[in-house]
Amino acid sequence: MTPPPTFLGMPPFPEAARSAVSNPQLRHNLRKATHTIRDKRAHVVGELSDWAELRAAGAAIKDRTLRRLDEYLVAAEAAVTAAGGTVHWAADAAEANRIVADLVRATGETEVVKVKSMVTQEIGLNEALAAEGIRAYETDLAELIVQLGDDLPSHILVPAIHRNRAEIREIFVREMAEWGVPAPPGLTDEPAALAEAARRHLRERFLSAKVAVSGANFLVAETGTLVVVESEGNGRMCLTLPETLISVVGIEKVVPTWADLEVFLQLLPRSSTGERMNPYTSTWTGVTPGDGPRDFHLVLLDNGRTDVLADTTGRQALRCIRCSACLNVCPVYERTGGHAYGSVYPGPIGAILVPQLRGVASGKVDPQTASLPYASSLCGACYEVCPVAIDIPEVLVHLREQVVEGGGHRAERAAMRAAEWVLDDAKRLRTVQRVAARSRRLLPRRAPGPGAAWSDSRALPEVPARSFRDWWVRERSAPPPQPPAASPQPPAASAQPPAEQNRIEEDDR
Amino acid sequence: MSSREAILARVRRALADVPRDDDFPVARDYARAHVAEGVLELFVEHLRDYRAVVHEVAEDALPDAVAAAVGRRGARTVVTPAGLPAAWTAGLAEGVCLADGWEYGQLYEDSINNRPELVEAAGILTTHALDTADGVLTAAAVGIAETGTIVLDAGPGQGRRALTLVPDWHLCVMRAADVVASVPRALERLDPGRPLTWISGPSATSDIELNRVEGVHGPRTLEVLIVR
Repeated sequence: MTPPPTFLGMPPFPEAARSAVSNPQLRHNLRKATHTIRDKRAHVVGELSDWAELRAAGAAIKDRTLRRLDEYLVAAEAAVTAAGGTVHWAADAAEANRIVADLVRATGETEVVKVKSMVTQEIGLNEALAAEGIRAYETDLAELIVQLGDDLPSHILVPAIHRNRAEIREIFVREMAEWGVPAPPGLTDEPAALAEAARRHLRERFLSAKVAVSGANFLVAETGTLVVVESEGNGRMCLTLPETLISVVGIEKVVPTWADLEVFLQLLPRSSTGERMNPYTSTWTGVTPGDGPRDFHLVLLDNGRTDVLADTTGRQALRCIRCSACLNVCPVYERTGGHAYGSVYPGPIGAILVPQLRGVASGKVDPQTASLPYASSLCGACYEVCPVAIDIPEVLVHLREQVVEGGGHRAERAAMRAAEWVLDDAKRLRTVQRVAARSRRLLPRRAPGPGAAWSDSRALPEVPARSFRDWWVRERSAPPPQPPAASPQPPAASAQPPAEQNRIEEDDR
Repeated sequence: MSSREAILARVRRALADVPRDDDFPVARDYARAHVAEGVLELFVEHLRDYRAVVHEVAEDALPDAVAAAVGRRGARTVVTPAGLPAAWTAGLAEGVCLADGWEYGQLYEDSINNRPELVEAAGILTTHALDTADGVLTAAAVGIAETGTIVLDAGPGQGRRALTLVPDWHLCVMRAADVVASVPRALERLDPGRPLTWISGPSATSDIELNRVEGVHGPRTLEVLIVR
């Protein structure tokens, strides 16, 4: 068997993006999908006159939670335990994977069914289970497409967004038999036929599954209730039919109270799939005798989240409810797709979350991670649509600072220090400006050395013949222009722009 | 140090800038509901938007409406949860109803998980029995007009979560009095201690080119009888 695909060893963003944007099929698929979902989202968000208030409340509830996260985690643990669940704590991916593998082994089973979960992809759970002889079956349609296609996810909500219907049909026909029930003969690329094929492929597996693994969208501290929001019903199958349920949940998923869900269950579906409500939402608290699993395990995961929390600017990334609205509006994501980001969290949120989870503040990250804060034009569309008001551009700029501080980037730091020295002193600035103005015909159109890569994709401003400061000094020392004494018209009615303004434009050229 | 203590210590260190008695305010100035009138009409409109089949019936016409729906569907077996009013199925032929004995709060754990011989005695249907049934008939706890959502809370006539998941057709009776305007109003009425299922239209996916396609793993047809 070939090793599973991995994000490890992905090239830095600019390199990965270059090959992605030269794939016309990928660009077509992405453009179609992101524009469809943008329109749907805008329509249903427009239905709620209080969207701004809901958004502010969503951000505030998450901030409130994060600011006392230790207390809410302890409360959630107590509530889950009181309701018959078992709580485990995992400091990192390896520990979480070990806990899950041990729990599965204790049941005597060698197969698990999975609900789509970002966090189990983040920790590489499927690969870790495979190493222990446990096979994990993805059951979300898009995850199934990715798993059968030996592929990597490229979107938070729709991991197979980079595939169109013809490609999906191809994968089903080729791979389904290998994993279980084969694709029906004569399968077409109609979406309904593809969905039917997935239903038949997974049916028996759901009905006989003994162990399921899920994530969760929310964990209510006050009651110990977990919430999973989904569309297809594969989530319900996994949460309801098996005997043992293991939910891996990041520590930032906590919300304080049951009533807080009234905000998030309005914000999330409208931002995510552009629906008033997703088809299925399940909530459960511990175990209910006779209904659903008899064993419930909650694995609370840190895996870098406390590092994000320690950064007072960057911690707002932990508000994220994984709706993926920021991906769908991002002009960079639309052109490069998700794989170029080299992580399970692509797009604008990935560009601020992944570097922080991987410890960019420590100054020791690989070039791929260090490239992510630059995978943005800082246009701010992501911030506009974010349902919990994460100021993604602010965090991107903050992380760029950390990357620059963290070693490498010697030329950039030297240039910044030189600029600081010049700008710090009026006399120095005047001298530099005069020298530049006099030699302006001689200045190159292209920056020298490695700076050429920077100037090649940007239009360098022309150096003016005279600086504003020099113009200003000369203007003030000259006698004021005489008003035309004989003019019968009041100055306000004059159609001519003032003479000074013309001169500024001239000087600026 | 355990991972629990380590994580909690890291959280506290990360929050060194936050005062221990921090009480970050949350402004709740969003609307409790977006509509005041026409709640039931909006509920019906939004159910239909997501391609649920909706009928409005009078209380005394309900048995006939249930029988007519079962007839239209051509269903020969219909799962009925414990606590479903007997009158609702009075119009059905003998043998159509497949009763499930599970009730919320009753301890069936032993019979289901450890002593299969008792499953039949307790009247608990196996998953494979559910898979061969043609449909399921249930009551509902709350309806939400703004989102077109039906919430089941395992109360009388609603049963275990699997009942409304495995069969391909879900016929749901929703009392008009239980339909509220909004998500906040629904949460006020619901008990988080119970297992809840929020259903908005039939099972669907947006995974193929981000277009909504009905029918993946849950019931592919949702039919709602609204009793005024």
